[in-house]
Amino acid sequence: MLLSEMVSYGPQFFSLVPLVVILPAMGLLINMVFGSRLPEKAIGIIGSAAVGLAFVVAVLLAVSLVGHPEGAVVPIRSWISIGDLNINWGFKVDTLSVTMMLVVSTVGALIHIYAIGYMHDDVRFQGDPGRYQRFFVFMNLFIVMMMVLVSADNYMMLFVGWEGVGLCSYLLIGFWYDKGEDGIGNAVAGKKAFITNRIGDFGFLLAMFIMFWVFGTFEFTAVFEKAPEISSALPAAITAITLLMLVGVTGKSAQIPLYVWLPDAMAGPTPVSALIHAATMVTAGVYLIVRSAALFTLAPDVQFLVGIVGAGTALFAATIAVAQFDIKKVLAYSTISQLGFMVAAAGMGAFVAAIFHLVMHAFFKALLFLSAGSTILGLEHAHHHLEHEGALDGDARETLHHFDPQEMRTMGGMKNRMKVTFLVYLIGALALAGIPPLAGFWSKDEILTEVARPNPVAFWLLVLAAFLTAFYMGRQVLLVWFGKPRSLPAGSAHESPAIITVPLIILAGFSILGGMLNLPFWHTFTHWLEETLTDLHVAEFAFWIAILSTSAAVIAIILAWFIYGRVYQKQRDLPQAERPDDPLRPVLGPLFTILEEKYRVDELYRKVIINPYISLSRFLADSVDWRFWHNWFHDSVITAGYNALSTLLSVRIDLGIIDAAANKLAEWVMLAAEKWRRIETGYVRNYALSIFIGVVLILGYLILTK
Amino acid sequence: MVPIEYYLGLSFILFLIGALGVLIRRNAIIIFMSVELMLNAANLVFIAFARSYQSMDGQVIVFFVMGVAAAEVAIGLALIVAIFRTKHSIDVDQMHSLGG
Repeated sequence: MLLSEMVSYGPQFFSLVPLVVILPAMGLLINMVFGSRLPEKAIGIIGSAAVGLAFVVAVLLAVSLVGHPEGAVVPIRSWISIGDLNINWGFKVDTLSVTMMLVVSTVGALIHIYAIGYMHDDVRFQGDPGRYQRFFVFMNLFIVMMMVLVSADNYMMLFVGWEGVGLCSYLLIGFWYDKGEDGIGNAVAGKKAFITNRIGDFGFLLAMFIMFWVFGTFEFTAVFEKAPEISSALPAAITAITLLMLVGVTGKSAQIPLYVWLPDAMAGPTPVSALIHAATMVTAGVYLIVRSAALFTLAPDVQFLVGIVGAGTALFAATIAVAQFDIKKVLAYSTISQLGFMVAAAGMGAFVAAIFHLVMHAFFKALLFLSAGSTILGLEHAHHHLEHEGALDGDARETLHHFDPQEMRTMGGMKNRMKVTFLVYLIGALALAGIPPLAGFWSKDEILTEVARPNPVAFWLLVLAAFLTAFYMGRQVLLVWFGKPRSLPAGSAHESPAIITVPLIILAGFSILGGMLNLPFWHTFTHWLEETLTDLHVAEFAFWIAILSTSAAVIAIILAWFIYGRVYQKQRDLPQAERPDDPLRPVLGPLFTILEEKYRVDELYRKVIINPYISLSRFLADSVDWRFWHNWFHDSVITAGYNALSTLLSVRIDLGIIDAAANKLAEWVMLAAEKWRRIETGYVRNYALSIFIGVVLILGYLILTK
Repeated sequence: MVPIEYYLGLSFILFLIGALGVLIRRNAIIIFMSVELMLNAANLVFIAFARSYQSMDGQVIVFFVMGVAAAEVAIGLALIVAIFRTKHSIDVDQMHSLGG
């Protein structure tokens, strides 16, 4: 009764949509202005409440959409009006945008709550508690921008959000800008993320320019309506737009070739990695493709390319994740790989599967990152404790001094120390690995099913990537949680407080039950999105694919257990010199090193792009700018030319003509005066005589001419 | 009645004497007296014509001229006294510092 009543009020709720942006913006402003005078708890509560209220608004919107699935566009005001171009600032409420709002606000709110506890410790470990406030300001700003991105009703507004989240990403990666390698490592990582994203954004911008040129508008509905007509008249335009959008997507969603920034982005605090670099911002590219589904379906060639890029990235990143030792780096490459799944699905026209996986991935990847953060925090606490106890001898003290709380080789056996974190981590890992009935299974299975027929190549790439996903997650879980502790802090870590574990438990619940959103035969989510995306088809559940992917995952986990549960533990008994740090290293040989070094892509980019670019800019700066322009052009041409010109003007024109004219005039006047002054004798009678003669003459004239 | 030409002749002679006095003499007081002579020559012409044309206008103007001449004498004598005090002379030829 209540629900139906609310549903009938639907349209009223649609007008609430600006609040999803305004509420976090208010949280941001309050924390920015008063934050320095508020206690930490208040800052955290304001930040979290702002996002939580946005979540409530998103839920109200979703409820309204049940009754009015067609959604609404809520225009706020005209934004840009130049000539024929009219861009409104308007919010689009439909099933797709509200889905994204729900994901952003749910995960966002949980991560904000988590961050209240996490950042409390983090700012103290890093030695600057003053940055607590800044963290929540940035995080709220991110939510604002992400909401602008997903609620936009035109590409221009979407671009504002797109750039805004990029800025927040930059700010938060470099949150500890004075830390990291050489004291600038984090700042460099932030810069790298920003510049790499700029390359992608450049593509997106060009796509928008072409869009304006061809369509004359940026509004979603108008563009999609015109698209078929334009497509038959000018197919190259659609191809160019979608291709350039793909460039933008590879930047924002970390696909080949622009994925390199995401692993480095792990320099940010862990809640940032969870929210921005796993759950929400990086999925913006997927959202863009799905939002532009009407354009992409008209460009099959580009769609194929998108599929290949996605599938290639999925496999490529998964192989790298196998050989990483940093707990967050593994998850970062896993994120790239999972984004590859989504992009591949979106490229194959499986838009529902892409968004479904996006939502599921947001839950379990946020969960994984946050529990990794909890683990890191536990280790840092233990490490801190041990270092200040002072009961250790020199060697142990030395290793403790260089202790890296993200290094999986020095973890192990923590499942008994941090039980809650272990359990939720295990749930997240199994969900990611695609073990039924957890969330990841359903979404990944749907992607595989959708991809199988149109693109078998991508399908097998993705199956292999899924296999590797299960393997590296098994490896990570075994390295971190099982076996014996491989360092003192790992052996003495303690569970994190409830403010950290409760959001983890909630996310774990989503990761278990999330799959119910789109169960086979019911397809709730497909029907939900059908209202927004046309031409969807319901993915038929294929048992052979489900069995194939599940058995691949199970085999991978068993393999991981065999290598890291059995072999690795046995190798621990070997003497230090013969003991490999990873049992795969002797098996794979140089291949493992290549994987560990991430295929040396960073080095390749450095050699092929960055170094030539630096040389070019050096050349431009030193030779062209400094020597040519500054030294030669300025000194020889401008200075000398100016001197010559001013000499000409001053000597010839000013002195020669203007001054001379004035001087000559004065000379003449002087000469004349010299002559005429003789008249002025000073004798009264002379004057009297001249007056007399004058009077006589004038009177004589007057009388005679009468 | 004396014909008007006589008056005019007398007046002309008086004016000539006055003008020559102004131009030739160096004593400021003499020059002043010559100026008075010229004024009165003019007055004589006015009176003569007033009589001859039976009009009062000329006589009225003469009164004006006499009044102005009286004021002029007062100022002129004051100037002469001032000059004498600074220069100890009233020779107008000595006062030619405006000469070019």
